[in-house]
Amino acid sequence: MHADSTTNPVTATTERKAAALAAFKDLARDPGVPKPDPILVVDKVVRRFGGLTAVEVEHVEIQRGSITALIGPNGAGKTTFFNQLTGFDTADAGEWTFKGRPMNGVPAHKVARAGMVRTFQLTKALSRLTVMENMRLGAQQQKGESFFRALLPNLWRGQEDEITERAEDLLTRFKLAAKRDDFAGALSGGQRKLLEMARALMVQPELVMLDEPMAGVNPALTQSLLGHVKDLREQGMTVLFVEHDMDMVRDISDWVIVMAQGAVIAEGPPDTIMSDPRVIDAYLGAHHDAPLSETELQEQLHEAEAELEAEIEEETQK
Amino acid sequence: MDWVTIISTTVKAAVGVETVLYALAAIGINVHFGYTGLLNFGQAAFMAVAGYGLAVTVTVLGLPFWVGIGVGLLAAVLLAIILGIPTLRLRADYLAIVTIAAAEIIRLIFRSVAFKNVFGGSDGQRGFSDGFYALNPFPEGDYGFGWFTFNNRVTWVLFVGWILIALSCLIVYLLMKSPWGRVLKAIREDEDAVRALGKNVFSYKMQSLILGGVIGALGGFIYGLAFASVQPDIFGTETTFFAYTIVILGGAARVLGPVVGSMIFWVLLVLVNGILSGAVEAGYLPFMAPTQVGPVRFLLVGIGLILLLVYRPQGIFGDKREIAIDAR
Repeated sequence: MHADSTTNPVTATTERKAAALAAFKDLARDPGVPKPDPILVVDKVVRRFGGLTAVEVEHVEIQRGSITALIGPNGAGKTTFFNQLTGFDTADAGEWTFKGRPMNGVPAHKVARAGMVRTFQLTKALSRLTVMENMRLGAQQQKGESFFRALLPNLWRGQEDEITERAEDLLTRFKLAAKRDDFAGALSGGQRKLLEMARALMVQPELVMLDEPMAGVNPALTQSLLGHVKDLREQGMTVLFVEHDMDMVRDISDWVIVMAQGAVIAEGPPDTIMSDPRVIDAYLGAHHDAPLSETELQEQLHEAEAELEAEIEEETQK
Repeated sequence: MDWVTIISTTVKAAVGVETVLYALAAIGINVHFGYTGLLNFGQAAFMAVAGYGLAVTVTVLGLPFWVGIGVGLLAAVLLAIILGIPTLRLRADYLAIVTIAAAEIIRLIFRSVAFKNVFGGSDGQRGFSDGFYALNPFPEGDYGFGWFTFNNRVTWVLFVGWILIALSCLIVYLLMKSPWGRVLKAIREDEDAVRALGKNVFSYKMQSLILGGVIGALGGFIYGLAFASVQPDIFGTETTFFAYTIVILGGAARVLGPVVGSMIFWVLLVLVNGILSGAVEAGYLPFMAPTQVGPVRFLLVGIGLILLLVYRPQGIFGDKREIAIDAR
């Protein structure tokens, strides 16, 4: 366990993890399998770019209080799917509910206010704002964010102090407290990832959606980030994340959803999902381990020889 | 060469009418571009609708001065909304294209023959500033000290103008210290990140466009009142670009940047103009005609600004650290 999670009682840690695992215990391994207590339910979401169908998800549910990984080969539509769910792109069809509330067509800022907060694959630290200002921005329902009240500091200063205190706690947890007055643009790549995650927590979300949280982070920081992701579950949040690194997926996720060519092709627990034939097919191609027949081999040999001869002939004629 | 006249007019330019009206336009641009990252290239249009709103209300409709001011401000707010609704949802460069086009459309409408009886064509409108000068508390005579001496009309314009600048700066200062300003600055950095944190980016950009437009509109009023007239060609694109130059000169996203930028800009222009015309008159520059002084001064000031951008890209008040971050 990472040092950061020692702030939580060890018993609670195991309980949350056990509860999440228990919920998944007897589930079928089929795409779109119903979960006992879903926080997010997605139905028939389609997104096309011209002739290309980037996303076509029939049905998928995300279990509350769990860490769910979304994996798939490049171009599987994971990020596009994320964009649909969080209102950053409009789906061509389909509907989805978050905590029972329909969310299709809801603009991005309202999705975040509803408690579904995302981070980005390419980190979006607000460079010319200080780390502390980045954090404060995440807080919701700020009185000083309305134009006229902003002109009267007395109306919002009290709330600002509370926000600052909460931000300081989070920065300490994410080991960024020493950087609080630096510009976010001066942080390293890994620190920016930490800041983005901490900033998302300022929103006090129920569902945290992380788009490749480990991309471009050095191995030392990876461990720390992993600890923080696990920590989110311990605090009662639900995590859905996109990741390529299978070691990380195995380490922290309770359940894995596999996407390929826009569709969900398999679901399952992290330790067995990679041996699922559908997943192997998606990553390596359907015929990657099928042996070639004797006649096919002969044909290929002849073809190669014919080509070689033609080439030699060409050379000599010159 | 008459050095006393050259230097006294130069010193006067530091607080003069042009400095005031361009400072106001630049404070507005600073809200748009410096703080929010909105490329509004149509600031001249905000000044124009304000100036013409006042002029037409008073001269054509015969309504009182204060109604004219109200109409001018309302016109600026409406212009911001009309420009903003289609463009603020799009990428930043669309706003630049649309605003520059809209500003030209507005200028061409004001100078069109079809509306000559309303807007006065290319001659513009005059005779609407009596209401303003009727309020002048300064009796006939000259005011000021040393070289800073102006007649009572100019004194009144400058008095009101500098109060407007002070108020605008105070409002910008208060806003940019507040969580509201924090959202604007965050939008400048990355609007998707702001959206992901539950802020209505469109609404904040619109508020910024309106605020900056209204401050620019004050500059339009000052022009109309100081010269007791408005002409369409005053509000051409170069007015907007002067304002941008001033913002960058002073340092973007700094409260006093546009004010100091405007002072430096006009002092330089007037000084170069004075020296050049003096030199031409005295025959030191035999290859130059007096009519060439105007263009050449812009040329020289332009070279100066390029050098400034090369050696001090953050402007007078800017923070070098911020520029360094941007360069990554």
